[in-house]
Amino acid sequence: MTTTTTGSPPPATARPSGLSTGGASGVHENVACPFCGILCDDLEIGRTASGLKIRKNGCDRAVAGFERPVVASSPQVAGREVSLAEAVTEAARLVRAARLPLFGGLGTDVEGMRAVMSAAEHAGGVVDHAFSEGQYRNFEVLQTAGWFMSTLTETRNRADLIVIVGSDIHKLHPRFFERIVATPEPMFLMAGKKRTVVFIGAGLDTSAATGGHIGEVISLPCPTAAVGEVVSALRARLKGVPLAAKEIAGIAIANIDDLADRCRKADYGVMVWAPPSLAFPAADLTVRIVSDLVKDLNLTTRFAGLSLGGNEGAVSAGAVSTWQSGFPLRVSYASGKPDYDPVRFAADRLIARRETDLVLWVASFTPDLMPPESDIPTVLLGVPGMTLAVQPAVYIPVGTPGADHAGRLIRCDNVVSLPLTNLGRSTLPSVATVLAAIEHAL
Amino acid sequence: MLIKLSGGTVYDPANGINGEARDIFIRDGRIVKPGDNERVDQEYPLKGYVVMAGAIDPHTHIGGGKVTIGRMMLTEDHIGQEVARGELTRAGCGHAVPSTLTAGYRYAEMGYTACFEPAMLPANARQAHMEMGDTPMVDKGAFVMLGSDDFLLRAMTQKKGSEFINDYIGWTMHAAQALAVKVVNPGGISAFKFNQRKLDLDEKHVHYELTPRDILITLARGLREIGVTHPLHVHGCNLGVPGNDETTLATIRAMEGLPVHLTHVQFHSYGTEGDMKFSSGAPRVAELVNKNKNVSMDVGQIMFGQTCTASGDSMRQYGNTKSAYPKKWVVMDIECDAGCGVVPMKYKDKSFVNALQWAIGLELFMMVDDPWRLFLTTDHPNGGPFTTYPHLIRLLMDRGFRNDMLQKIHPGAQAATILGSLKREYSLYEIAIMTRAGPAKSLGLKDRGHLGVGASADITVYDDVADREAMFQKPGLVFKNGELIVKNGVIVKVVQGATHVARPEYDRAIEKPLREYFDRYHTVRMDNLRVGDHEIIQSDKGSIIQQPTRARVRAA
Ligand SMILES: [Zn+2]
Repeated sequence: MTTTTTGSPPPATARPSGLSTGGASGVHENVACPFCGILCDDLEIGRTASGLKIRKNGCDRAVAGFERPVVASSPQVAGREVSLAEAVTEAARLVRAARLPLFGGLGTDVEGMRAVMSAAEHAGGVVDHAFSEGQYRNFEVLQTAGWFMSTLTETRNRADLIVIVGSDIHKLHPRFFERIVATPEPMFLMAGKKRTVVFIGAGLDTSAATGGHIGEVISLPCPTAAVGEVVSALRARLKGVPLAAKEIAGIAIANIDDLADRCRKADYGVMVWAPPSLAFPAADLTVRIVSDLVKDLNLTTRFAGLSLGGNEGAVSAGAVSTWQSGFPLRVSYASGKPDYDPVRFAADRLIARRETDLVLWVASFTPDLMPPESDIPTVLLGVPGMTLAVQPAVYIPVGTPGADHAGRLIRCDNVVSLPLTNLGRSTLPSVATVLAAIEHAL
Repeated sequence: MLIKLSGGTVYDPANGINGEARDIFIRDGRIVKPGDNERVDQEYPLKGYVVMAGAIDPHTHIGGGKVTIGRMMLTEDHIGQEVARGELTRAGCGHAVPSTLTAGYRYAEMGYTACFEPAMLPANARQAHMEMGDTPMVDKGAFVMLGSDDFLLRAMTQKKGSEFINDYIGWTMHAAQALAVKVVNPGGISAFKFNQRKLDLDEKHVHYELTPRDILITLARGLREIGVTHPLHVHGCNLGVPGNDETTLATIRAMEGLPVHLTHVQFHSYGTEGDMKFSSGAPRVAELVNKNKNVSMDVGQIMFGQTCTASGDSMRQYGNTKSAYPKKWVVMDIECDAGCGVVPMKYKDKSFVNALQWAIGLELFMMVDDPWRLFLTTDHPNGGPFTTYPHLIRLLMDRGFRNDMLQKIHPGAQAATILGSLKREYSLYEIAIMTRAGPAKSLGLKDRGHLGVGASADITVYDDVADREAMFQKPGLVFKNGELIVKNGVIVKVVQGATHVARPEYDRAIEKPLREYFDRYHTVRMDNLRVGDHEIIQSDKGSIIQQPTRARVRAA
C-alpha cells in the first residue's frame, strides 16, 4: 500500500544471531514468561525430546507453563473430532444465533485481545476478563480518585521502604522478591543504606524477603480483610490524629506509629499490593485508602504505589479494551455502541443470571482458567487438556503466546510490554487467528 | 489508473502556489505529471474548491500508556460520545480522550492525513506503537523522550563524551522506532523522584549535579550531529508556573543558535504582573522567537471545556493536580526512564486564569511573524481536543469572530490582553503553511505536506465557504495515497496509514555498556526493549517509512 522501507544499518529488528531464534544450540535466551503479570524476560529455554525445558530463571509457574506437555488435541463439535474449518463454522453459527454472546476468560495476548474486541463488536457481544473482579478493585480507585504509582524497575532501584499490603505476592509472582526487592545492587541505595520491608497482614509468605540490600523485615500480622483498617490508622497517625484504641485489628498502636515514622523518613517508599489477594468485600476501599496514604506522604517525601497481579493476560485485556472502546472491559456492543456497565456486564453475573446465551471462553495460557460452571452453550478456545464439567458445544485447541507462537503482553505496572517468543512448542493456532476466522464466517 | 483533480484553487506553500487554479494528477498513490496524450480514468471537477495537501498534526497525544490511563480514568467523558460500529468503521468513543479508532476516523474526517505522538517513553514505546497501530486512516510517528533517563544522566555525569551519548540517542531512536527526540522538563522528571519540586534552567539536579541547560545543549547538539531533521522538541522547565516567560526567554538564549522546537509555548508564556500575579508573557516570547531563526514552536492553544492533560512531566503535573477537574489524577515514576502525569482539566471562559491562557495562546499566534516556524496545535488533549481545530482556525482567520469571542471571556482577562488590538487575520496560504508545509519540513517528511510531483497523494479538498470553522470541519474530499477515503465528511474507505521513522547512524559498540546497564539494573532485557519492524508490519498490519537523515558529523 505504501512504500515500505526496512533495513538500514543496522535494522531495529536485528537480534544477535542464534539467541532468540534458538539457533544451533536450540537454546532461547532473554525469553519473556507470560505465566504471571510481572513478565520476567531473562529466562533461558531449551528443548528436550518431549518438549521445552527451562535452563535458567524459571519459577514454578514458568515450569508449569512452558514445560506442560502439549497433549495431542483436535477441534471438537459436541465432543466429536472435526476439522478446524468445521469447528470455526459451527462456532460462527452459534455466535451469530446468540442473542447476547459473552466473550469471557480472555486469557490471551494483545493480538488475541484485538481479535476479541473486533469479533465482539461484530457479534454485538459483551467482553470481560476472568480476573476483572480483582482488576476492578483498582479501576474503581483510578476512576474516582486516581493515584501515584511506580513501576518495577523504578521500585527495584529506588525504594528504601517497601510495604506489602495484605498480598501473598510470593505465591502469585514467585520471582517478585528476587527481582525487585532483594536485588544486589539498586542504583540509588548507596552508602550502606538498607531497604526495609514491611508486611501488613497475617499468613503472608515472607521467606523470599532476604538477601541483597534488604535490612529489616517487619511483620504486622492482622487478618487480610482488616489491612485497610490498619493502613487507615497509619494514615490517621501520620496526620497526627490521636487514636483512642490501643490496637487496631491486633496491631499495637506503637507498631503503627513506628511504621508511620519509617514512612515519614523514607526517601522513596512503595506500597505494594496484588489486587487478586485482596479477596474480601469492598476491597476497592482498601486500595483507595492505600492510594490516599501515598498521596498524603508525597506532600513531604516521595512515595508511590505498585500494583501487581495481572496474570492470565488481564492487564493486556484491560488496556486493549480501554484504548479501543474507551472502557476497561465489562462493555457490551449489543446496541452497536460500546455500552459500559461494570456491574451489569460482569461475566460471572451474566452467566449466573443466564443473561448471556453463549459463552465464548478464551484461555490460551493455562488450563486452570476455567469458565464458571453452567449449562449455557460454550465455545472454548483453550489450551489442550482443559476438561469442562459440561462438554462445550465447540472446542478449538489454541496455542500459548510465548511458547507456541509469538505475541505481546502488557506488564502489571501498565507501562512496560514485552515481546513473546515463538519457541516452536507446537503448531497450534493463535487465538487471534481462530477468532479472525470465526469473525470472517459471521 | 490516472486521476485528475481539475481546476481547484490550490494552496501549496512548499511549492510557492498561493491560491491558483491548478490541475493535479494522481497515479499509483503519487502526484504525477502525465504525458501529453495520457487518458484520464477519473476526474474530479474542483473549480471553486480549495485544495491543500493533507493536514499534519505535529504534536498530538494519540497513543501510549498515559493516554490510555486518561481514557480509563475519564469514562464519564465518554458517556454520550459513544460511536456505533458502521458499515466500514469500528465502534469507539469520542471527545477529550477518544478511543484509538475513533481518533483516526475523526482526524481523517477533518482532512488530516498524518499525526505525531510527541511523548513516547522508551519503556512504553511498544504500547505507544500498538495504540498508533490501532489508529487507522492517518500516517503516524512518535518522538522518543530522553532527558530524565538514568542512562543519559549517568553518562553525562561520568563525562562519557558526545560520541558515546550520540550513539545512545541514535540507538534509542532505532529501538523505539522514533522519528524525533523530545525532552520534557529536562532532568526534572528525574529530580522529582529525588523529591525536588522544581528545577530551573540553571538549577542543579541534586543527585546528578546537572542542570536542564546542560541536558538541553547535549541533546540538541547530539541530534544535529547525528543528522536528525527535526530539531530537539523541547517541553521546557516550569510548565504552567507564572513567571515562566523568563524561563522560556532564557531557554531560547541558552540554545546558542542550535536548532530547537519549543512545544506548547502557551503553557510557558506566563508573567507575574497584575493583581492576580498572572499575566501574558506572549509579546516578549514572540519577540524573541521572531529574532531567533533557529527556533520553531507550536502553541498548545487552550479551548474552553472539559479535557484531560497528559504529559511526561510528572513534576509539573503533580503541581497541577490542585486544579484537577474532576478531582482525580494519576502521576507515575517510570522505569528509571521517565514519568507521566494525567490530570483532567476543565477550562472555563469565566475563569480569569483560563480566559487569559486562551488569550495568551492567540497572542502568540498573532505575534509570531513566520508561519513556517509556528504550528497549529492544542497539544491535544492538553489544551483541548483536536476536534476543536476548525474553531481555532476561524479564530485565527476572522478578526470579527475573534473579538466577539473575546467579549465573552472573564472581564479581567479581557483587560489583561492586547488581543483585541491585534489585527492579523491568517490567510488560507498561511493556514496551509502552519498545518501542512511547515510541519512536514520541520519533521523531515520529504514527500508529505505538499502537492508537487512525486509527493504522496495525501490531498484535502474543502468547500470555500466564508465560515472557516464550517469549512475546515468537513472537507468535501480527502485522499490518502491517492485513494478517496472521505467524502463530504464521511469515511468511504478505511486505510491503515504508515509509521514514519528516522534512523540515524550509530555505532553498535554502544550496546555493550547498554546491555550491561540493562542486565544490572532493569527488569527488561535490552534486546526486549527494542520494538521490531515485524511488530509494526505484521502484528499491527502497518508499514514503515524511513525518512532520510543527514550524514553524521563526528568530533574531530
Ligand atoms: Zn504535548
